[in-house]
Parts: sequence; C-alpha cells; structure tokens
Amino acid sequence: MNIFNLIREIEKVDPEVYERLDSRRAIFKHFAGFGKKLTAAAVPLAFGSMLNKAYGQTSTGRSVTQVLEFAYLLENLEAEFYKQAVTAASSVGAPAIAVTALTTIRDHEIAHVNFLKSALGASAPMYTAASFDYSAKGNLTDTFTNYGTMLAVAQAFEDTGVRAYKGQAGYLVSNNEVLEAALKIHSVEARHAAHIRRMRRDGQSAAVKPWITGKDLGGLPALVQPIYNGEEVTTQANVPITGIMSGGVTISAAAASEAFDEPLTTEEVTAIVTPFLA
Amino acid sequence: MAKIINPHENEAGLIKSASNPIHRRSFLKYSGAGIALSALFLAGCNNNDDDEIDYSQDMVNLGSGDVGILNYAFALEQLEAAFYTQVVANKYSGMTDLETAVLTDIRDHEIAHREFFRAAIPASARIKDLTPDFSTINFADKTSVLTTAKTFEDLGVAAYNGAGKLFTDTGDGLTYLTLAGKIVSVEARHAAEIRDLISNGTFANSEVIDAMGMDQALMPAQVLAAAGAFIKNQIVATGLPQ
Repeated sequence: MNIFNLIREIEKVDPEVYERLDSRRAIFKHFAGFGKKLTAAAVPLAFGSMLNKAYGQTSTGRSVTQVLEFAYLLENLEAEFYKQAVTAASSVGAPAIAVTALTTIRDHEIAHVNFLKSALGASAPMYTAASFDYSAKGNLTDTFTNYGTMLAVAQAFEDTGVRAYKGQAGYLVSNNEVLEAALKIHSVEARHAAHIRRMRRDGQSAAVKPWITGKDLGGLPALVQPIYNGEEVTTQANVPITGIMSGGVTISAAAASEAFDEPLTTEEVTAIVTPFLA
Repeated sequence: MAKIINPHENEAGLIKSASNPIHRRSFLKYSGAGIALSALFLAGCNNNDDDEIDYSQDMVNLGSGDVGILNYAFALEQLEAAFYTQVVANKYSGMTDLETAVLTDIRDHEIAHREFFRAAIPASARIKDLTPDFSTINFADKTSVLTTAKTFEDLGVAAYNGAGKLFTDTGDGLTYLTLAGKIVSVEARHAAEIRDLISNGTFANSEVIDAMGMDQALMPAQVLAAAGAFIKNQIVATGLPQ
C-alpha cells in the first residue's frame, strides 16, 4: 500500500487534505516515522485514525458528515413547514406583518437547506414536503388551518433547532469552518425562536417570553414537552445561578434558567422529530 | 513632557477628537507616548475622571488560551450587565410595562452571565471589574437606549459565534464551547427582541443575517474595536488568536 499515492488521490478531491492532517511538511515527517515503527499491516489503521481526526470522526463516533446530515433533515423539516405556513398564513388570519416574518424565516431555512446540501454534495438525501407529517401522526389536526397551532408548531421547531445545534457543536471541533457555520445558523434559529414566541405573546395572548423559562411549554401541546425538558437547569459548570446577588438584584430560578439554553442530544432530538417524519 | 505636544497644534481640535473615546485611545496608542503623556494634557483630553489615570491600572490584559477567551466573554458580559442595570434603574420616558419586563429580564440574564464567568474563571487569571463608559448614551431616551442595546446584543452574538472555534479541542474546550453555546442563543433571543422593540420584524434582517441565512461571527479584535468605545479601560487582547 502506497500511502503517498493515497494522499495524492485524496488531494484530488480535497486540496486541503494536508492542512487537515497537519502541515504538508509535518505529515510527511509523520509518515516517515510511521514507516519505521509500524508493520505494513498496521499502517492502514494508523492512516485511518489520522483521517478520522482530519475529517472529524469523534471518539463517540459522530462524524462531521453525520452532523451535517442530521442538520439537513432538521432544516428540511423547517423549510417545508414554512413553505406551507407562508402559503396558508393569510387565509387563517395572520396579519400582513406576520406573513412577512414567516416569509423571512422561510427564506433563512431554505438558505440553510441549500448550504447544507452543498456541503454534503452528492450524498445529500432527497427531501420533499411529502417527507414530513405536520400532523405528528394525527396528534395535530389543524397545523395549517389554525394560526395559533401554526405558530405553536413553529415555536416547537425553532426551540428544537436551537437545542439541536447546541448539542451537535461539540462534534464539529475538528473542522472550524463547519463549526462556525453551524454556530452562525444556530444563533439565527434562536432569533427565529424569539420572534415566533413574541408573535404568540403579542398576537395570541400566549404566556411566553422570547426566552425559555424553566421547562415551560408556553401553551404548546403536551406531546412536545420533551423539547423543553432539561431547560429548567439552574446550575452551570457547578456554579449555582439561582440566588446570585449583585447590586441589589437577586437572580431567580426563572431568570437562571432563561439565561442559559440547554443542548439536546442526538437521540433526544430524533425522538422529538420522529413523529413529524412521514 | 510638554515637548511631545506640538505647540502649534490646534488644541481645541485635538480635544474635540479626543473627547471621543475611540479617537482618544487610538491617538494614545499610535502616538507611541501614551505613558509619557502629562497629566495636564490628559486633563485636557477628557473631562471625566481620566485626569488621575494610572495606566498600569487602566490596562486590562485578557491573557491567552481558553482563559483569555473566557475573560473576553466576561468583559462583554460586564459591559452588558452594567448597561442594563443602568437602563432599568433610570427608565427612559414612556417605557411600557412590557418593555420594563423585557429589559429587566435581560438585565438579570446578563448579570447571571457575568457572575457565572466571575465564578468560573480562576481568580488568579480573572480580569478585574471594568469601568464602563456610557457617556455617549442618553438613558432618558428610548431610541438611544434601544439602539445601544441592539449594538451590544448583535455584537455579543457575533463575538460568541466567532469565539467558538478558538477554544482548544480538549475536554475543557468542549465544556467551554458548550457553555458559550448555551449563552449565545440567549444573546440572540435578546437581539431579536430588542430589534423587534425598535421595529417589529427586524429580528433577523439583512443588517445581521447574510444571503446564506447566517448570523455574524467576529474575531476578538473586531469585537473589542466596537465594544472599546463603551469601556474606559484599555483592553489588551494580544494574547488571543488574531
């Protein structure tokens, strides 16, 4: 097995392979060392582990590609939802400013889909409106015919998106470009979440704030409680936030939970979105 | 000492530009004589409390590595917490109940963030409490307050987004990345709500979100160039990735 030929092959599809592995010079030095120390049979293994590091395979087995595919599913779920929501909004009583906001959000989600699609390349799965079930297996009967339900589902998706990206970020530390892109999408989802919550607060008299208090459902159906479970945390990195006193202000448990959004694991997010997959 | 000041310089003009904190700092930085400047001249530069300035005290070095990034976040949270504390203590005229509730919530979140970093950063490496400079903000005026709030929140989002990749890839790095992630989305929620208070529907407009649907990400030097206008101390970030 000629490793240098292999790297040259990879270089044809990924010109930055040397930067990913190390610097060009360091990598050859590295392999020179391998050649002396390792038997021929062990070389592919060592090479594989280096590629895993370069392309972001983490010790827990979640690769950058897997994260991108996961994000791609979530963004498609949102984009297809907003496409239908924007079409239906006026007829279910959404004011013009709300239709504009939903359109803004739709366009962002479509942009996220397009970005992730190009990042994934040919391996990107195909999703259409038919890929999703916005009744959540019959639990929601009026997602696109009742403006209140429409916004409630939107809030559920946005808050899930925020927590999902947060949970995936750690798998991306080996690739700064992808990590930063994910963070830049993550904060946009949070802006969306805040605005949808504001729309529900101001237009639907929902008892919600732009931020998440405790694990409060904010009037959403109980089936989405897992979206908020865990948000009630009030201790961060062993620092109790509740009860902090400063300048005459005492931080309540509500404020302590609001001040930090919590991540969801891959498994938790999967469980949340599965009812919405056709 | 006086010889470093050109006697033919239009002193009024110098003072005028120097009254802007950014210009004053840039001037000191690039004059190459910041420490040598006479107290007399400094008194002319700023009519606040700089006349007894001690530069060893005034400089705040964030340090380097992950602790440097945490100090950077601590500095920004100090700025935000001090701002909202003053906003809530001196309400602008016509502040509605909803606006009061929103701004009080945000104040509490920013205090929580600030005190979290104070507790999380080892005392030996932690920067001191900064002295904000809010002289350009009219706290009695809604537009001035909300415009500043928008600046701080958008800047905070961009700062955390840009800092994520700067943490080291160790177990601690993941912890810090996760913590930054927990905070940045709350800053983004603030940014959206503040923007909507200014003009409903501007929560994620093209000022901050690009054609790819992505938010801003800025490096520490870029963030501090903007935030520095609101901080009396000179923040030294040379130990952070540039």
